[in-house]
Amino acid sequence: MAVNVYFEDVNVGDALPAWSRQTDFMHWNRYAAVNDEFVYIHMDDEAGKAALNEQGAFGMGNLRYTYILNALRDWIGDEAEIRECGVQFRAINQKNDILTVQGKVTDKKVEDGENRVYLDINVMNQNGDGTCPAHAVLVLPNRG
Amino acid sequence: MTSESKVETLVTKDMEERKGVWGDEKVAPPVSESDIRKWAIASYWPDKPPAIFWDENYAKGTRWAGLIAPNDFNPFAWPIDRPPAAPGRATAGGAGVGTRGMNGGQVETFGVPMRPGDVITSRTRLKDWNERTTRLGLTLFTNTETEWRNQKGEHVKTRISTGIRY
Repeated sequence: MAVNVYFEDVNVGDALPAWSRQTDFMHWNRYAAVNDEFVYIHMDDEAGKAALNEQGAFGMGNLRYTYILNALRDWIGDEAEIRECGVQFRAINQKNDILTVQGKVTDKKVEDGENRVYLDINVMNQNGDGTCPAHAVLVLPNRG
Repeated sequence: MTSESKVETLVTKDMEERKGVWGDEKVAPPVSESDIRKWAIASYWPDKPPAIFWDENYAKGTRWAGLIAPNDFNPFAWPIDRPPAAPGRATAGGAGVGTRGMNGGQVETFGVPMRPGDVITSRTRLKDWNERTTRLGLTLFTNTETEWRNQKGEHVKTRISTGIRY
């Protein structure tokens, strides 16, 4: 996937291809293992409940941020760049949630010599709740 | 437990003194191909991650002319020395105003990608804060700025992370 999308082919209002994961301890533990993020609230139901989440342990905000970056990378391919990405962690990622990264192009312009594409993004759960409003700025190549 | 009605501000004298002052630099161990591959596998699980993160032959044919790391790759994970958590650190299960805390999010601006062999240097400073009354009560939003550069002095990323204390 060297180049998936060119600057000329993107229009305001275009949707980011949806990117989903059903998350549980298998995903959280793998992420903890590489990011050294072993925190009891992400590992142990009792600790999660003690942190006032009735359902127990919950997922890392950083992993949802990773999912956003993955969705962007899968869309734009290897030759393009993610120049900026920002997230707000607004709701909890419960065990077995099906998280879907959704996004829409809000602007595109040539700026500082770069073909920049702006997106509003959110990570939705299976109930349709936005858990993680976000934004991104991408730099895409020209066609030809 | 701190009396909730008597707390007028969560801003401390220490914060005022540290505002805008860069802390000591930290240097991460060299980035390895294996660390990048494992990071990509974990973060894309259960799907196969993109080849640009693990297939050197493929990566040589791209504009990067070699493997790169995912944008969120963290070479500072797994330090040998682990300083103890600061006393009074806010946690999700804290009791009393100012002892409860959560990760509010972050904004990252990316420069050059990280590659195998890179040595990343980091520095951090307390950028600014905003205190106001929310549905959680007296709440302090603290922005911390972290800057990463590689061994050539090139900008890798700047992160503004927001901590919430209430």
